[in-house]
Amino acid sequence: MSSIAEKRSVGAVLWEYLTTVDHKKIAHLYLFGGGFFFLLGGIEALLIRIQLLKPQFGFMSEETFNEMFTMHGTTMIFLAAMPLLFALMNAVVPLQIGARDVAFPFLNSLGFWLFFFGGVFLNLAWIFGDAPDAGWTSYASLSLFSEGHGIDYYTLGLQISGFGTLISGINFLVTIINMRAPGMTFMRMPMLTWTTFIASSLILFAFPPLTASIFFLMFDRLFTTNFFDVTAGGNTIIWEHFFWIFGHPEVYILILPSFGIFSEIISTFSRKRLFGYSSMVFATILIGFLGFMVWAHHMFTTGLGNVANAIFAVATMAIAVPTGIKIFNWLLTMWGGSIKITVPMLYALGFIPSFVIGGVTGVMQGIAPLDYQLHDTYFIVAHFHYVIVGGVVFALLAGAHFYWPKMFGTMLSERLGYITFVLFFIGFHLTFFIQHFLGLWGMPRRVATFLSGQGLDMGNFISSIGAFMMGIAIVIMLVNIVITTVKNQKVGNDPWEDGRTMEWALESPPVYYNFKQTPFVRGIDTYWIEKMEGNKGLTPAEPLDDIHMPNNTIMPVIISLGLFIAAFGMMYNPMNQVGDGKPWAIPVLIIGLCITFGTMLIRSIKDDHGYHIPKEELMNDKHKGGIAS
Amino acid sequence: MENNSVHRTSVEYRRKKSAKEMRNQFLTFILMIFFTVISFVSVAYNDLFPSNFVAPFILLLAGIQVIFQLYYFMHASHKGHEMPMFFMYSGVFAAFLTILAFLTIVWW
Repeated sequence: MSSIAEKRSVGAVLWEYLTTVDHKKIAHLYLFGGGFFFLLGGIEALLIRIQLLKPQFGFMSEETFNEMFTMHGTTMIFLAAMPLLFALMNAVVPLQIGARDVAFPFLNSLGFWLFFFGGVFLNLAWIFGDAPDAGWTSYASLSLFSEGHGIDYYTLGLQISGFGTLISGINFLVTIINMRAPGMTFMRMPMLTWTTFIASSLILFAFPPLTASIFFLMFDRLFTTNFFDVTAGGNTIIWEHFFWIFGHPEVYILILPSFGIFSEIISTFSRKRLFGYSSMVFATILIGFLGFMVWAHHMFTTGLGNVANAIFAVATMAIAVPTGIKIFNWLLTMWGGSIKITVPMLYALGFIPSFVIGGVTGVMQGIAPLDYQLHDTYFIVAHFHYVIVGGVVFALLAGAHFYWPKMFGTMLSERLGYITFVLFFIGFHLTFFIQHFLGLWGMPRRVATFLSGQGLDMGNFISSIGAFMMGIAIVIMLVNIVITTVKNQKVGNDPWEDGRTMEWALESPPVYYNFKQTPFVRGIDTYWIEKMEGNKGLTPAEPLDDIHMPNNTIMPVIISLGLFIAAFGMMYNPMNQVGDGKPWAIPVLIIGLCITFGTMLIRSIKDDHGYHIPKEELMNDKHKGGIAS
Repeated sequence: MENNSVHRTSVEYRRKKSAKEMRNQFLTFILMIFFTVISFVSVAYNDLFPSNFVAPFILLLAGIQVIFQLYYFMHASHKGHEMPMFFMYSGVFAAFLTILAFLTIVWW
């Protein structure tokens, strides 16, 4: 294993990415993988909006429309938003806490590949004919009676990618608890690290209910069990509960890291310490806790009874308090700051009012009696797109611009960035603001078309125009990425000039071992403190010594591939509900599982102690690794 | 450099501490066996104990055994276990809420 970087052929680069365990390269993988699914989900959204462009437009059949919105929701939540957040977390969090990698580099790679193969499996549904068509919530009473294998792609694909997410979440927890540099106490951690920590603990507690309920659904459909079948003594409501026990924390898993990204951006470009740091931490933890006590607000109309509805309504409204604390902290960070307008800062400025609108409509739906009116209308669609697009997607776009130099060493064009922002921001409000009113005027969600002369024509037309503007904005961003990559103008350590946290003390992109010497942390905004004292780099906490590094390995790909193969065997097993079982199914299932567990066995038996970068090599290395000397 | 006498005291201290711990573990172990025996007895003599007493009684004993397991055998009370214990209690909390809700509003 050589530690010297050299020019490599395309095949070698591909092999490097397939086998890498380096958190910075896995961040690239998550960015490309998540970005690919983001484009797929975006195309599905555009097709939905084309169908709803005018009344009774026969652009696609009702069946295809059902598949389209199901796949749009599922893809965007599980395969786009979460992996893209993992991309930024992987790229930044180890650097922010002064670590050389995550705690379990092998599991980090395994997490990515499980997500990727799960996502590919889910999307193969398009190629093989039946896509899932019961909504991203896939309520059991509907999904049990869905024809074809669509729902099976959903259960098996999400199960595989869910394992990956759970593994990554646990990895970040262990990393943040155990791998902080000397002096990096919990209350000195940057906000992105804090929010990653809380989001990871939400993953730890929220994904097992999803795994369990998907197993139930999978067995109901594939092995003729009756967990959800009421006629056979099952209970269909249990799916709803389990799904939302997972589903509500899930939206906090998405939004908390987004809050973290904006906290970093706002304090960087206000050139001021984050206002109310400890209250920010407290609010994040509180949101995490409350997030587990509100799931039934998605089910007010299920018939839980007045007492249950009232309890969950009050708990829901309580979440507005810590969220409000955060909003005011951001405003007060900017107050009196020396604000520099950049592309990420623009997204942050756009995020605050957009997210507040989404939050206010959320509290409205928290009022259980009102929710009876709003349930399953476009008002709901407008609400969750305001929080997910106005919160999470804005954060992803802002974070992509902000951390692009740290991930790739080049700076995205400011000019094209402004155009992207303006188009996306206007398009977003055009698409979703009117949907509040469409909902109030009586348009139900998840309908393939609507009649003319009911006052819905103009609203839907405006909404579709907005969707196209967002599409164009994303295309411009892709052009921006291509131009920037082709130009390949390398930037220095701190390209925004106002970096506060440790990642900006490192090269862009950082050398593969990150820190030559583990840094010593003396307060919040470590790098800012060093800069204010006139230091060029971080203060080392240890003398220069050999660095222990993990070896690259192809095993995570093989383990994930095994499950991917097994999923086909599972789906076509002779007991399946569709009744098209194949004789090859059971052997394929067994072969797939053998590949997975066999590889895990080899991994357990074969010792891999990694390698050391000798001290002499580090002394001659031109890379500084964050240390000034 | 380690002084020899300091070294000896630290060994003595450690020995004393592990002896105390050993005693605690031994006591806990006996108690746990005792609890298991009386749960079996309570089920075996079902004509003596009504079933709506036996079920909560066994669950209570099981809860105590979990706590013994965590604190005496897995050393949860020792320094450095704060974070795992925080996460365990968070998990217990989330699971408790789920079960409570299911008992009250699903299978009511």
